[in-house]
Amino acid sequence: MSLRIVVTVKYVPDATGDRHFADDLTVDRDDVDGLLSELDEYAVEQALRISENSDDAVEITVLTVGPEDAKDALRKALSMGADKAIHVEDDDIHGTDAIGTSLILAKTVEKAGYDLVISGMASTDGTMGVVPALLAERLGVPQVTLLSEVSVEDGTVKGRRDGDAASENLEASLPAVVSVTDQSGEARYPSFKGIMAAKKKPVESWDLSDLDLEAEEVGLEGAYTTVDNAAERPARTAGTIVKDEGEGGKQLAEFLAGQKFI
Amino acid sequence: MAEVLVYVDHVDGSVRKPTLELLTLARRIGEPVAVALGNGAADTAATLAEHGAVKVLTHEAAEYADYLVVPKVDALQAAHEAVSPAAVLVPSSAEGKEIAARLALRLGSGIITDAVDLEAGDEGPVATQSVFAASFTTKSRVSKGTPVITVKPNSAAVEPAPAAGAVEALNVTFSDTATGTKVTGRTQRESTGRPDLTEAAIVVSGGRGVNGAENFAIIEALADSLGAAVGASRAAVDAGWYPHSNQVGQTGKSVSPQLYIASGISGAIQHRAGMQTSKTIVAINKDAEAPIFDLVDYGIVGDLFDVVPALTEEIRTRKG
Ligand SMILES: Cc1cc2nc3c(=O)[nH]c(=O)nc-3n(C[C@H](O)[C@H](O)[C@H](O)COP(=O)(O)OP(=O)(O)OC[C@H]3O[C@@H](n4cnc5c(N)ncnc54)[C@H](O)[C@@H]3O)c2cc1C
Ligand SMILES: Cc1cc2nc3c(=O)[nH]c(=O)nc-3n(C[C@H](O)[C@H](O)[C@H](O)COP(=O)(O)OP(=O)(O)OC[C@H]3O[C@@H](n4cnc5c(N)ncnc54)[C@H](O)[C@@H]3O)c2cc1C
Repeated sequence: MSLRIVVTVKYVPDATGDRHFADDLTVDRDDVDGLLSELDEYAVEQALRISENSDDAVEITVLTVGPEDAKDALRKALSMGADKAIHVEDDDIHGTDAIGTSLILAKTVEKAGYDLVISGMASTDGTMGVVPALLAERLGVPQVTLLSEVSVEDGTVKGRRDGDAASENLEASLPAVVSVTDQSGEARYPSFKGIMAAKKKPVESWDLSDLDLEAEEVGLEGAYTTVDNAAERPARTAGTIVKDEGEGGKQLAEFLAGQKFI
Repeated sequence: MAEVLVYVDHVDGSVRKPTLELLTLARRIGEPVAVALGNGAADTAATLAEHGAVKVLTHEAAEYADYLVVPKVDALQAAHEAVSPAAVLVPSSAEGKEIAARLALRLGSGIITDAVDLEAGDEGPVATQSVFAASFTTKSRVSKGTPVITVKPNSAAVEPAPAAGAVEALNVTFSDTATGTKVTGRTQRESTGRPDLTEAAIVVSGGRGVNGAENFAIIEALADSLGAAVGASRAAVDAGWYPHSNQVGQTGKSVSPQLYIASGISGAIQHRAGMQTSKTIVAINKDAEAPIFDLVDYGIVGDLFDVVPALTEEIRTRKG
């Protein structure tokens, strides 16, 4: 028995940079440095742990859909320990929305072959948290999502999902789509050895024709949603800041009373 | 008038506030038809009728509790077929977004998540989103299929608007994938008696500066003096001082209360992502350079162990 895991990872603009929109109202990816969406590091980490805990041979493929630079995200995941990478890149992908992204990802994992797909809980740019569910729907396999704990044994994936009202224990047969939260376990740092090894690991590049997809099915043209307007939020007007000289609590109470909170 | 499907988030028949907010928004687009599923579904009808639901479609089955997400998608799809609505609105919880996404895909529709406002437009409903940690506001539409939109809590006022609320049983046939992911166990979270974090009008949060689980008692005391919910930064949660379910931020809850009080929280971008849209922001931090002070309406540079208890004391005195 062997287990094929595909980890979906997104290349995103650094959240600590000055993120903004380009003229076509897509994310400007030129002005801000990109990186592997931090929440996808947790997905890579769980794939590695599943592999380390498995008696069977496990092959971990990392997959990204994104522009040329998105290779950086794949390199990071490879240097953490993934075995190989697939980069789906095509000019016509620019502006693809969630429905389209899930289509490309579904076609890719089907072509690559998989027993388990592991995604992050949400990207740090779009932050929709819907792609894993969409992927499961498209693939017709169970979704076992938002897990803070995950394990795989004998063709079954088990996990714990911590919701608002309750914690649930979940179980499904493989193949399945899993997503993991940042509570699932700290992601490892790539070691020097890992970084060196990553340089030699295979990165395949696929475009839309490799996936039997037409340009009109994706990109801005194929999008199911339209952004009409994006405006920078006006800066907050400078507030009052006082130093506590012993009366801070009282002064704050005064402010809150003035605002009718007390 | 066109009908608008509203997915009902309820616990054993008691409707959660974000659903009532959705009914207010739905009335801007058409006539709300509510869909309530699972144990106690029919018990939601009176509340939903009071808030504008012309019809309440209900279906009870063990599948909704025993399997993840998909049974609810099957039911909404059935409701969509029965009603042919102008839009489908779902509360923006983690589960709500997953339900909405799968439904949209089945309907051949686009999806917009985390709307903070909704308006009727010439080409269908226009959703306002607050993106990039609330530094931009966008207006978007679903341009294909029936718009499926998830809406964040506190995006609209709850307005009573009595309507018929006629209860009708929904016919649901579960799909093959409905039983794919089994819920094998469930541990209910204990109630603290405090308001729900995402619904609270006031949130009092503590961060790394609180410096220990036992010290959260002073944050809780302040919260209780104001009838507020308690939040925490990820640093405080990761240290094990407060439960993850109380985390505010990108990977925690996103809150939008009338008043947010941050104590011992620096204001990292991921924290700001979850609280920046709060109406009034107050911070207590001993570092005058902490980025949280860029956001505040009122900030105290000082030691939270002095300021917070003094504030709590003063509030109690004033309230008598
Ligand atoms: C601010 C903003 C708001 C947006 N709002 C909408 C909207 O309302 N509706 C809409 O349809 N689109 C929207 N988009 C576009 C949408 O974000 C992208 O299409 C995106 O590829 C999918 O959604 P997400 O990034 O939010 O992913 P999420 O659903 O948050 O991502 C979850 C996981 O899916 C995987 N994943 C996601 N994208 C990729 C990828 N390209 N390659 C590999 N793995 C991936 C990762 O594992 C990730 O952790 C928005 C984008 C931005 C920047
Ligand atoms: C992908 C990702 C997702 C994340 N999601 C979240 C999230 O959802 N929520 C979140 O909060 N963070 C999140 N983070 C973490 C975030 O980046 C910060 O690390 C975190 O918010 C810091 O918490 P803090 O402000 O409590 O701690 P710190 O940044 O350490 O700040 C502590 C503050 O307390 C002050 N202080 C110390 N002692 C006192 C005292 N006695 N009196 C007054 N002030 C005092 C200090 O001056 C300092 O400003 C995320 C990070 C990543 C990478």
